[in-house]
Amino acid sequence: MLRTDNLQKTYESGDEALKGVSLSIEGSEIVSMIGPSGAGKSTFIRCINRLVEPTGGEVYLDETELRALGKRDLRKARRDIGMIFQEFNLVERLTVMENVLSGRLGYVSTWRAFRRNFPSEDIQRAYEILERVGLEDMENKRADELSGGQRQRVGIARAVIQQPKILLVDEPTSSLDPETSHKVLDLLTTVAKEDDIPVLINIHEVELALDYADRIVGLSDGELVWEGGTDELDEHARDIIYRGGESREGTGSAIEEEEAAEDRQEIDRQVPGGG
Amino acid sequence: MAADQQTWRRPTAFYNRTVKWLFYIGSVLFVGLLLSRTGVSPGRFWQGILFGIDLVGQMVPPTATETQFNRMMEMLGESVAMSMLATVLGVLISIPFGFLAAENLVPKPVYYLNRSIIMVSRSLHSLIVAIIFVKAFGLGVVAGVLTLSFKTIGYWSKLFAEDLEDIDRGQMEAIEATGGSRLHTIVYGVVPQVIPRAIGLTVYRWDINIRQSTIIGIVGAGGIGTVILAAFDKYQYQYASTILLAIVAVVMVGEAISAITRRRVE
Amino acid sequence: MATGSLQEWQRYDRRTRIGRYLMILASLIILAISWVSLELDFGYLLSAPANLADLFVRMYPPDWGYTTTIVDPMIQTINIAIVGTIVAVIIAFPVAFLSAKNTTPNKATYVLGKFIISFSRSVNGIIWGLITVIMFGPGALAGMVAVGLRAIGFVAKLLGEEIEEIATGSVEGVRATGAGTFLVFLYGIFPQIKPALVGISIYRWDINVRISTVIGFVGAGGIGVHLFEAIETFAWRTVLLILIAILGVVIVSEALSAYLRAKVR
Ligand SMILES: Nc1ncnc2c1ncn2[C@@H]1O[C@H](COP(=O)(O)OP(=O)(O)O)[C@@H](O)[C@H]1O
Ligand SMILES: [Mg+2]
Repeated sequence: MLRTDNLQKTYESGDEALKGVSLSIEGSEIVSMIGPSGAGKSTFIRCINRLVEPTGGEVYLDETELRALGKRDLRKARRDIGMIFQEFNLVERLTVMENVLSGRLGYVSTWRAFRRNFPSEDIQRAYEILERVGLEDMENKRADELSGGQRQRVGIARAVIQQPKILLVDEPTSSLDPETSHKVLDLLTTVAKEDDIPVLINIHEVELALDYADRIVGLSDGELVWEGGTDELDEHARDIIYRGGESREGTGSAIEEEEAAEDRQEIDRQVPGGG
Repeated sequence: MAADQQTWRRPTAFYNRTVKWLFYIGSVLFVGLLLSRTGVSPGRFWQGILFGIDLVGQMVPPTATETQFNRMMEMLGESVAMSMLATVLGVLISIPFGFLAAENLVPKPVYYLNRSIIMVSRSLHSLIVAIIFVKAFGLGVVAGVLTLSFKTIGYWSKLFAEDLEDIDRGQMEAIEATGGSRLHTIVYGVVPQVIPRAIGLTVYRWDINIRQSTIIGIVGAGGIGTVILAAFDKYQYQYASTILLAIVAVVMVGEAISAITRRRVE
Repeated sequence: MATGSLQEWQRYDRRTRIGRYLMILASLIILAISWVSLELDFGYLLSAPANLADLFVRMYPPDWGYTTTIVDPMIQTINIAIVGTIVAVIIAFPVAFLSAKNTTPNKATYVLGKFIISFSRSVNGIIWGLITVIMFGPGALAGMVAVGLRAIGFVAKLLGEEIEEIATGSVEGVRATGAGTFLVFLYGIFPQIKPALVGISIYRWDINVRISTVIGFVGAGGIGVHLFEAIETFAWRTVLLILIAILGVVIVSEALSAYLRAKVR
C-alpha cells in the first residue's frame, strides 16, 4: 500500500510543484493521475521514490515512511518500487538482458554485478518476463537496436523483475504512436493484474486513462482537485481538472464558454484514432 | 523453451570468451614485459617522485633577475614573431599544395604526390624538422620560421584539401556550363565557398604555431625554448618556473584570440 | 519604412567591412613588426631550397646497415607511447569526472579538475621531458612519465566533455531500481562513456608515438636519442634511415589508430 500525506515540493527555482498532495493506493488497483502539463504529475511520482527530494509531507510504503530513511534504507525501499519512464530510460549501449537484469541490482553484490554474474533465479525470471512482454529471443540485442515500443517493453520488464510492491509509471506512451501506446498499456495493465501489483500511472490523454484505469485522480497546479471512478469523470470533472473549475462557476460569458469548448476540443483531439 | 534457461552470458565483442581472456592476460603480460625491459622498478619510480616533489620546492616561488626577465620577454617576443611570420609564409605555400591535394580537382598522380608531401610534414614532429633545419640553415630564427612553415603545410593543406573535396559541385558546374576554363571554375566556383574556412584554419594554425614556437628553441631554432633549456641546464629552477608560467600565459592568450577570431569568422 | 531599414542594413555592412579592413591592416602591421624584429635576411630564405637539396644529397642513400641498431630503440619508442598512454588514462579517468559538471561532487572539485587539465595541457610534452629527466634520470622511464603527464589533460578533457553529454535519464533508470552508487556508475554511466574512453585512448596513443620519437632529444629515451646523436655527428645517411623508420612507424600507428577507432561503436 502506498500513501502520501500532504506531500509538498518546492523547487529551488521557487516553483511550487506540489502544494500538499494526499493520496493512497491499495490492493491491486490501477490509479490514473491526469492533469494538464505542468500540473506536477511527474514531480509527484519522482517524490515518492525520492529521485526528487520532497520538501514537505510524508510518503508511506506499507508501514515505512520513506522520507525518514537514510541512503542505504532508501535504496532498499526503491527495490520495492518499480518505475517506468516516458523516455524509457534504458541504458542504450547495454543489451536487453543487462537492462532487464539491472532491475536486480539492488539485490546482488557489486562484484557479481560487475561480472554480469546474476543468480540463476534472476536469469530464469528475466527470460520468463521477456517472454511475457513479447521480447523472447531479443535478450542479446542492444537497447539502441529496438523500436520505441520494444524499448518500453524492456522498461516494463526491468520494473517487473524487481518484484515491486507498486509500479510508478510516468507518461509511458508519450514517446509512442497511438497504436503502440495501446499495446504497451494493455501489456502493462495485464502484467500488473497477473502479478497483483498496484499501479500509479501518469497520463495526459484522458481517454487512455479511462480505458485502463480503475480509479482516476486529477491534479491541477500542484493540488489534488478530483478523485473518482472512471464513470464519474464527466464534463464537470474535466472542467475542474483542466480549467481550474472556471466554467463550474457558471457565470462565464459566452466568449469564455466558447474558449472552454475550444479547449475541450483540444483535449479530445489527443485521443488516438477516435478512441 | 527459452524460459527454462538459467544462465546467460553477455555476447562478447571478441571471437569468443577464451580469446577475450587471452587478450586481456596477454595485454597485462605485454605491458609488464615493456616495463621490465625499460628497467623501470617501483623503487626507481618512487625515488623519482620524491625528487620531483623536491624539485617543485626548488621551483617556487618563480623568480627572475631583471636581466633574466628582459631576456625572457625578448625571446618570448621572438617566439610570437616567428609564429606570425611562419603562419603567413606557411599558408602561402600551403594554398597550392591544398589545391593540388584535392582529389576532385587534380589528376590522380598529382593528388598522390601532394598527399605524400603532406603526410611527411604531418608525421615528423616539429622538433625533428627543426633540428635538421638548424643543421641546414644554422642556429636561430630562420630555421625556426622554416620549421613552422613546413609543419603548417601538413596541417593546413590537408584540411583545406578536405574542404575542397566537400564543396558544392553545383556552383562549380554552373561556371563550367558558362564555358569557363578550369582556372575560371576554380577561381569563381570554388574559392568563394572555402574562404571563411581557410581563414579559420589559418587562425587555428597560428595558435598551434605559437605553442610550437615555444619549444623548437630546445634544438636551437630560436625563441623562448633556448632560454628554458639553458635555465634547466644551469639548475636555475626558479627562473625555469617563471619561464614556464610565461609560456603558459602566452599560449593561453593565443588560444583565446584564435577562438574568438574563429567564432567571428565562421 | 522600407528605405530606413535598407539604410540600416548598409550602415551595418559598412561597419563590418571597416572592421574587416582594420583587422587585415593590424595583421599586416604585426607581420611587418615580426619581420623587422627577427632581422630576417631575405636572401637567406631564397637560398633555403638549395640548402635543403644539398642536405638531402648528403643523406642519400640511407645507411641500411644501421637498421639492426635502431630496432630496439624503435620498439622502446612505441613502448613509451603505450605505457605513457596507460598511465595517463588511469589518472585522467577520475579527473574527467571531477571536471564534468554533472558528476563533480562540488564546486571545489570542479575547479580542481579543470585546473589539472589545463596545467597538464599547457606544458608541452618535450618540456615535461626536461622536467622528468631531472626527476628520474635519463632513459625511458622519464619518457613514459613525460608523455603520460601531457596526455592526462588531453584524455581528461575529452572524456569529461563526453561525461557531460551522457543521458541522465538512463542513470536515473538504474538509480530507481535501488542500485548503490557504484553500481549506478557501472550500469548507468560507464557503458555510455566506454566507447569514447577507448577511442580517446587509442587516439592519444597515436599522438604519443609522435612525441616519443623526439622525447629522446632531452634524454628521455626512444629513437630520439639515436637521431640526435646521428645529427650531432653529421652521420647524414644514418639520419635518413632513422627518418624513414620514424615515418613508417608514425604512419602505421596513425592508420592502426584510425582503424581501431572506427571499430569501436
Ligand atoms: N527540475 C525542476 N526544477 C525546477 N522546476 C521544475 C523542475 N521540474 C519541474 N519543475 C516545475 O514544476 C512544475 C510541475 O512540473 P511536472 O511535475 O513536470 O509537471 P507534469 O509532469 O504534470 O507536466 C512545473 O511548473 C515545472 O516547471
Ligand atoms: Mg510530466
